[in-house]
Amino acid sequence: MAVDYRQMWKELDMDLENHDNLCNVLPVAYTDIYLMQKNRPKAMEFWDTVVGAIHGIRPAELIEAQKKGQKVFGTFCVYVPDEIIIALNGIVTGLCGGSQFWVPDGEKVLPKSMCPLVKASVGARLSRTCPFFRIADMYVGETTCDGKKKAYEILGKDVPMYIMDVPQMKRPEDIVKWAKEISLFANKVEEVTGNKLTIEKLNEAIKIVNDKRRAIKRVYEARKNLDVPISGKDALLMMQIAFFDDPIRCAEMCNKLADELEERIKNGVSVFEKGAKRILITGTPMAIPNWKLHHIVESLGAAVVCEEMCTGTRYFENEVKENCASLEEAYLELAKRYMKNNCACFTPNDGRIDDIKRLAREYKADGVIDVNLKFCTIYDTEGYFVEKELKAAGIKCLGIETDYDDGDSEQLKTRIEAFIEML
Amino acid sequence: MYIGIDIGSTNAKIACIDRDENIKILLMKKTGFNSKITAKSLLLDAKKKFDESDNIIVATGYGRVSVDFANKTVTEISCHAKGACKIFDKDNLVIIDIGGQDTKIIDVENKTVKDFIMNDKCSAGTGRFLDVMSKTMELTIDEMCKIAEFGGGVKISSLCTVFAESEVISLIGRSEKKENIANAIVMSIVDKVATQTKRIDYKNKTVCLTGGLSEINFIKNALCESLNTDVLADSTGKFAGSIGAALYAKELEAKNEKFT
Ligand code: SF4
Ligand code: SF4
Repeated sequence: MAVDYRQMWKELDMDLENHDNLCNVLPVAYTDIYLMQKNRPKAMEFWDTVVGAIHGIRPAELIEAQKKGQKVFGTFCVYVPDEIIIALNGIVTGLCGGSQFWVPDGEKVLPKSMCPLVKASVGARLSRTCPFFRIADMYVGETTCDGKKKAYEILGKDVPMYIMDVPQMKRPEDIVKWAKEISLFANKVEEVTGNKLTIEKLNEAIKIVNDKRRAIKRVYEARKNLDVPISGKDALLMMQIAFFDDPIRCAEMCNKLADELEERIKNGVSVFEKGAKRILITGTPMAIPNWKLHHIVESLGAAVVCEEMCTGTRYFENEVKENCASLEEAYLELAKRYMKNNCACFTPNDGRIDDIKRLAREYKADGVIDVNLKFCTIYDTEGYFVEKELKAAGIKCLGIETDYDDGDSEQLKTRIEAFIEML
Repeated sequence: MYIGIDIGSTNAKIACIDRDENIKILLMKKTGFNSKITAKSLLLDAKKKFDESDNIIVATGYGRVSVDFANKTVTEISCHAKGACKIFDKDNLVIIDIGGQDTKIIDVENKTVKDFIMNDKCSAGTGRFLDVMSKTMELTIDEMCKIAEFGGGVKISSLCTVFAESEVISLIGRSEKKENIANAIVMSIVDKVATQTKRIDYKNKTVCLTGGLSEINFIKNALCESLNTDVLADSTGKFAGSIGAALYAKELEAKNEKFT
């Protein structure tokens, strides 16, 4: 690594010794899982660099921005509207923990029977081994699943925390309620940043985030092609980094990647062998560096062509109406867009089943894997409908429950390989 | 000869079939520490019984990748399906395979896998569970299953092997009759497997039991009762995976994929 970030980490009051342990495992995993892939798009170099110094480059930028008076908001859910924060000259960073490394620290304060995403997120904060969790001036939580709600109470003792009250249903009055909630959030962000929200600023931010969505969408569109120009692993990485990066640069890089992929399609370039089975993955989010399932599937010769999850289509599908006339209108338009997101914390959530069926068609998937994190009751329960409805629609589906730990890899390999043989 | 080698967690099996799909050789030995050596020695043993140099080999089972001389590997799910269809001479089947470290329920239609259920990484409901419990009882699995028939009235409630073991220990401590404890142990696995099977629509299909436990009558009968249907078993049931693999080897030749 060219730059030494130790001083910065020290100033963030991180546990340097333990952090070294984390820094030692990541490059090995990344080399095995990512760099060994053949024929990767050249544009992926950007993401390689970002991951290569994941606790360096972007954190340094955030600290620089803080010195100039900007505030950093850490979020855990795609329901929290980035637009509000960006419009008020704040910076958003995703904070979901995707590594087993943090789970034991989370388990010090949380029950064992909680999903690894929550445990890792809490562990990342309490173990002081993730700069993003240190840098954020404020965490923004939301009332989605029970595990997160309770975990926010614990995190709130350690860091300023604001909670958005996400509705549980999707009736018209719930959308109105969410618009109100967004306006309250705007007040809070105004207070923290000391800036005043104007419709001009908000319209600008809406445009920035829409541009980002469109750029990511272009990459996904390329994956619909029969010759798949990018591995599922690389696409997932691009998606995961989108939660951390500056939105304008993110759009620029994704567009560059999309240019290359479109060129590849013209030239019939595929990163998979002819006849590789196409897999759509649906379920709970895959926070960086959770690449476990993609790696297993693609090591078995199949191609992951789409992710119906929050680290996937739910992040970029649906845009917010641009050029709103008033803040009130903009809040409502934001609410409408965000409430189109089909998360299992809503009841009912039939929209998600329709999404999966539609995406399976659009991406020409041969089969669907419904993968849920252990102890995620809502997605696990919804899996019943996912499997049932897909089977009824003639789409082959495999349900899997797993966590961050690698202990079940061999079993998963057999199950997934048998599933691929079955397609 | 078409050869299938199934490297399971406890036992390794080999099956050889000829052009007309007649089963010529079936052999089994403990998998041991080195599955590669075990596979080789199984092959050598089999070769003593025929002289043909033109062999196609397919490996299956959890140790399939260690059989580096195989022409291809296929998962035990697909192989079991194929093998069981051959053994029971059926096109549609629901296969219950209680293996050493996992239990599979496979739904087969037209000789191909339509769906399957496999237990997750925990050992409840697998042969491993019986193994652990029989050691605690100081019996062999066979002995334990035999005396289980004469017991009853006691239940083990934990699904987890570790907790169930302490339940067994406390039953022993209370001087519960061996037969009753054995019955509770075996029934706990039968209940778990039956619950899994009920997630598949087995009513209009033949249900069969394969794997190492298929010859234990008590388990078979208890499953019959619990599922309220006939459950078939066969003495070659534990070779289903290797027989299926041998059939894949034959297909391989037909597809001329021999050297892929
Ligand atoms: S899965 Fe649900 S709770 Fe989790 S990030 Fe997505 S929308 Fe939010
Ligand atoms: S995976 Fe499930 S339990 Fe975990 S944070 Fe997301 S919704 Fe909650």
